[in-house]
Amino acid sequence: MQHKVIDTKDVVIRFCGDSGDGMQLTGTLFADASALYGNEISTFPDYPAEIRAPHGTVSGVSGFQVHVGAQEVNTPGDYADVLVAMNPAALRANAKWAKPTATIIIDDDTFTEDLIKRAGYATMNPIEELRIEDRNIIVSPITSLTKESLKDSGMDQKAIVRCKNMFTLGMCFYMFNRPLEYTYAYLEKKFKKKPELIAPNKKVLFDGYNYASNIQAIANTYTIKPAKQEKGVYRNISGNQATAWGLIAASEKSGRPLFCGSYPITPATAILEELAIHKNLGVKTYQAEDEIAGICTAIGAAYAGNMAVTTTSGPGLSLKSEALGLAMITELPLVVVDVQRSGPSTGIPTKTEQTDLNQALYGRNGECPVAVIAAHSPSHCFDAAFYAGKFAMEHMMPVVLLSEGFLGNGSEPWKIPSMKDYPAINPPIIDSSEGAYQPFARDAKTFARKWAFPGKAGLEHRVGGLEKNTAGVISSDPENHEKMVAERAEKVARLADYIPEQKVIGAEKADVLIVGWGGTFGHLYSAYNDLADEGKSVALCHFDFINPLPKNTADIFRNYKKIIVCELNSGQFADYLRAKHPQFKYEQYNKVQGQPFIVEDVVAAVRKLF
Amino acid sequence: MKYTAQDFKSNQEVRWCPGCGDHAVLASLQRALPEIAEALDMPKERFVVVSGIGCSSRLPYYMNTFGFHSIHGRATAISSGVKVANPELSVWQACGDGDALAIGGNHFIHAIRRNIDINIILFNNQIYGLTKGQYSPTSKLGQITKTSPYGTVENPFTPGSLVLGARGTFFARSLDSELALNQEIMLAAAKHDGCSVMEMLTNCVIFNDGAHMAISDRAVRADRTITLRHGEPMLFGAQKDKGLVLCDGKLKVVKIGENGVTIKDILIHDAHSEDTAIQNQLINMKYPDFPVALGVIRDVKDATYNDRVEAQLAEVKEKISNIKCMDDLLHSGATWTVE
Repeated sequence: MQHKVIDTKDVVIRFCGDSGDGMQLTGTLFADASALYGNEISTFPDYPAEIRAPHGTVSGVSGFQVHVGAQEVNTPGDYADVLVAMNPAALRANAKWAKPTATIIIDDDTFTEDLIKRAGYATMNPIEELRIEDRNIIVSPITSLTKESLKDSGMDQKAIVRCKNMFTLGMCFYMFNRPLEYTYAYLEKKFKKKPELIAPNKKVLFDGYNYASNIQAIANTYTIKPAKQEKGVYRNISGNQATAWGLIAASEKSGRPLFCGSYPITPATAILEELAIHKNLGVKTYQAEDEIAGICTAIGAAYAGNMAVTTTSGPGLSLKSEALGLAMITELPLVVVDVQRSGPSTGIPTKTEQTDLNQALYGRNGECPVAVIAAHSPSHCFDAAFYAGKFAMEHMMPVVLLSEGFLGNGSEPWKIPSMKDYPAINPPIIDSSEGAYQPFARDAKTFARKWAFPGKAGLEHRVGGLEKNTAGVISSDPENHEKMVAERAEKVARLADYIPEQKVIGAEKADVLIVGWGGTFGHLYSAYNDLADEGKSVALCHFDFINPLPKNTADIFRNYKKIIVCELNSGQFADYLRAKHPQFKYEQYNKVQGQPFIVEDVVAAVRKLF
Repeated sequence: MKYTAQDFKSNQEVRWCPGCGDHAVLASLQRALPEIAEALDMPKERFVVVSGIGCSSRLPYYMNTFGFHSIHGRATAISSGVKVANPELSVWQACGDGDALAIGGNHFIHAIRRNIDINIILFNNQIYGLTKGQYSPTSKLGQITKTSPYGTVENPFTPGSLVLGARGTFFARSLDSELALNQEIMLAAAKHDGCSVMEMLTNCVIFNDGAHMAISDRAVRADRTITLRHGEPMLFGAQKDKGLVLCDGKLKVVKIGENGVTIKDILIHDAHSEDTAIQNQLINMKYPDFPVALGVIRDVKDATYNDRVEAQLAEVKEKISNIKCMDDLLHSGATWTVE
């Protein structure tokens, strides 16, 4: 067989196996090596809710998809060019994601009668049953080869078998001509304290690489040239890490120490974990006894003069509702991060969705508008968190930052910014007052009140959940209540004077405007590109600022014949736009499956409008 | 700077019912704070009073300090956040039995477990007053209230036992009208590094009048309560002729002079004892079998959460000296350069 090296623009690889097979690590290492090589990447872990679901079952399958490109990569990819399936269950759960032209690597050693049955196949021939015979299927005894590779390593059988993911990674490195050095360096660092494990792991990776080059099954290997990236220093970053860092950046710019009160919840926990690392930057993390204590300790910290944050996911935001109202009426700065997941209730906790928009906008008692910002990519979480902090502190109000499981767990290369390029954050802190301090006296422009925290002599005052007048005295006067309600709402509305104008990608006037918000940006942008390439008259308007909406929103919308709002819910943003700008007609494209969009499905839906 | 009680009074009109026990506790706090400010060398602006929801939670409005009247049950979480965010503050909390032990029970036990240096005044009137008379987690079994017209069928909490169960380091108890003792307890709580719980047995004149009457009535108070002070013998009674002894590990009431009992037989109160065995018995003493224990029952030293947080921040700052600012962090770990 003639071996060919094919130059390709981009490739999507999906690693899947039992949740104990180390597929998340394998995928991450492949992504990291590709990023360090200079490719564009985007990743998406697709893991089960159970930490260790029953071995060999479909419910226990864990996947990690990585999209590697020589040019701009906007999504983790819809379908895989290469599918690595470490057992029959993984193949059964993921075969549908393999392109018709895909290469599928399977570990033959796991295709035993027992495991085939356990995976729920009706027959003993999974490949036929899944109708994937026409794919390029590479059947390799990966477990046996790993055992053979490490037989002299001195490791026990269990530990040896655990290395089969490294063998597989080696095979993939061969297929895509990836250098092994980056992963060698990783292994050296990871096993610094167990140096006896470095050599065996390197060996099994190298043996996997050689095995793939020796067998005749892999006809072609691929190169994906480094992307033409802007000059600069890059790093890989996940959405949750970027969120944590953006919060720290806002704390640094404002000079207010960062306090995060949170309770662990999937898929937001990694933000709390990341913040907990950076005590050297003065970050205080408080793992509270529950979600309510998370937000309430943060509110206490805000009152005491810290930059206060609480991080959560949908069910946690529900629990925080009452306290969020307290932060709103006391007009204290607070960032609430909601990394959305599939709901309602516990829903499908490890899967992504955009179904908390209504909750963020409306989910409180009384008249209680809060600012809502959404992040649109893993690295954009940094800016979104930074601005959430800036606006919360400068405008003295809670800001809800909507992220998504897809963004939080996903990662991409990021050109490292410099903090000098970020704006100053100047909270309206007051140190002394001529005459009695009026807690709810407002700035003429922003409507923000002054922040007077304990320790400042002469500024003693009381805040609380009861309605107050401007002087901070409890008041149930009807006119005062209406005035305060209006002022608090006006303060949120006036944020529109401080957020950037909404931008449109594509033609200023066109037949169809695709509208989206949050984490669907990559998919919608890819769909827009595909449609534009077809010659369609189309543009994309993707919102980061939800409440308030940018001031030029209606000016944009009126330039398009049709507007289609695409979102991973049943139409929450579309309904919101209908309420805010009822003069337009909004078409919808929705998906509520706990999964990201598929670009070609979006393209098909939008195409119907022409 | 010397303060007087007047300095801690706000200009707000106090709106509790005439005869409510909360008035006395408020007065006690306003009188105690000048002494506390002096003892801690702390200016007035560093005092913060936090509350939840309920009659007693109105207290911050009547104090001329920084104050936060929050939401039902959450006072302990808010005050925990205030203290951890700025450990230089002296944080006081007013909350009722419903606020702290029902809706806010979780925050209450966890603040105690963490030993956050806050001072919790627990107003225990054994009733929901602000919602007009429903039973609370400390209402007596069988108590008739609006939501228990045939009597409650649930056992009440003994707050002090909760404190001990949550590894509390400070617990004191007093009666609303015992102003001097209240101030003494408040000063001790202020000096205590850690979470201090002060249970104030208060009287709700409207919905649970006389709940503590069996022990609080001036005519019988001396015989039906015992005021404990560390290092002093556990004596009580108008004539100080009754006391507590330990008999087979159990507390027992004795009379000096009877059955050969002398002052030397009387137990000496050890509030500083790590061991909770006797303190737990003291907390659970109930009239008529025993006098109800007042005073500082437990006051032991342990590291506070807030001190540990600060120590860890300093330690990590020293350890990770290569990352001093956000730009350092952004460039830490694996990066690559595109030329």
